[in-house]
Amino acid sequence: MEQGTVRVKRGLAEMLKGGVIMDVTTAEQAKIAEAAGAVAVMALERVPADIRREGGVARMADPARIEEIKAVVTIPVMAKARIGHFVEAQVLEALGVDFVDESEVLTPADEENHIDKWAFTVPFVCGARDLGEALRRIGEGAAMIRTKGEAGTGNVVEAVRHMRAMTNEIRRLQTLGGDQLMAAARELRAPYELVREVAETGRLPVVNFAAGGIATPADAALMMQLGCDGVFVGSGIFKSDDPAPRAAAIVAATTYFRDPQKLAEVSRGLGTPMVGLEIGQIPPAEMLQSRGR
Amino acid sequence: MRVGVLALQGDFREHAAAVGALGAEPVLVRTAADLAGLGALVLPGGESTTMGNLAERFGLFEPLRSAIAGGLPTLGTCAGLILLAAGTTGPSVQPQLGMLDVTVERNAFGRQVDSFEADLEVAGLPGTVRAVFIRAPWVARVGEGVEVLASVDGHPVMVRQGKVVGTSFHPELTGDLRVHRLLLDMAGEH
Repeated sequence: MEQGTVRVKRGLAEMLKGGVIMDVTTAEQAKIAEAAGAVAVMALERVPADIRREGGVARMADPARIEEIKAVVTIPVMAKARIGHFVEAQVLEALGVDFVDESEVLTPADEENHIDKWAFTVPFVCGARDLGEALRRIGEGAAMIRTKGEAGTGNVVEAVRHMRAMTNEIRRLQTLGGDQLMAAARELRAPYELVREVAETGRLPVVNFAAGGIATPADAALMMQLGCDGVFVGSGIFKSDDPAPRAAAIVAATTYFRDPQKLAEVSRGLGTPMVGLEIGQIPPAEMLQSRGR
Repeated sequence: MRVGVLALQGDFREHAAAVGALGAEPVLVRTAADLAGLGALVLPGGESTTMGNLAERFGLFEPLRSAIAGGLPTLGTCAGLILLAAGTTGPSVQPQLGMLDVTVERNAFGRQVDSFEADLEVAGLPGTVRAVFIRAPWVARVGEGVEVLASVDGHPVMVRQGKVVGTSFHPELTGDLRVHRLLLDMAGEH
């Protein structure tokens, strides 16, 4: 009997496919998310929109908060650790969370290094803006990738940019000859073995979700049609007018993403979505996506 | 033969690939209409609460139940086993099809850090099957006419009742096609 194997870690991500992972900050919100059909919840102290507004150092959530959320749902519970903060990750593993998100939404603890994720039994998900970044994280042991997008904005444009970048780079690798892959790996600053694998299979070796700015059922379906395996919704649900119906609608849109009739049906009368942020209005120093490379 | 794979959520792509590798035609099932003309059905791994929720909201629940009750050979893995079962231990949080007379305990082996893979002896299959258990359930009560095909530490993890088979583990993740072959064999008798 073996635990924490690559197959077991990547396998949980496979089970989450076609689903919606929702940010929650209380047990009450976690129950709403589960009842709406979320495949997992991300237990947080503050949602990204509040982190962005309030500023200060954003850290791992209080273990009491994570435990309170774990106690009320049967679906997997994820939690965020700061980039490079392997002790926060150790604490989260000890708490029995099901997935650790090494996240740029929190304030990075290490500007050079990410966590050595191979050293853990718990699987990790990491953000990426392009193929090179995704493969570096997988090289460090990530069992799942998500686009970074720009969290807490309710603006999907950055998630679209990151997903398109990954897809384009994967397509380009597939056109290269074997003798060009080492140069491609150098250019992508990614491990050669992973570059070769992607060139052969035409896809990332792990599940890839969309995250960062998804606020409506149509946003979720857009990301699914662009080739994502599922979506994370952060501030988009509990910063909206009426969270429960919006959460249920985003779940339905992620399943029926190719069915415009159903998308119209579930999008009807959801109230006001979270107020979004124009990316151009964010000072470059406040862009969360540029944390961690 | 057309083999339906419930595609509301979960690892239906892996099941479709396994079914396809055995020469059958996988059909992704998202609406009741997709159930027409199937020779067998797979309920995949994923989150059983999510799948149950969507099946109810989009009118798939009763059509699934009547198709299986009508003799459609069905394989459910992990979340699929939970959907097929008659009940769960603890408070009920989701609708179930009641097509296997068993009670399952969800997440019985623990949380993700307790997830594991192991070599498993399965009745009727030579050698062992590499079985991947992810936040897996086990069968806590076995009803009349339900055959236990495999167990871990005395807990049933693979059961069969008539033409319905449920596993706690994920045969779709290992490339070993023998469990899917079992489904197609049952459909052959159909």
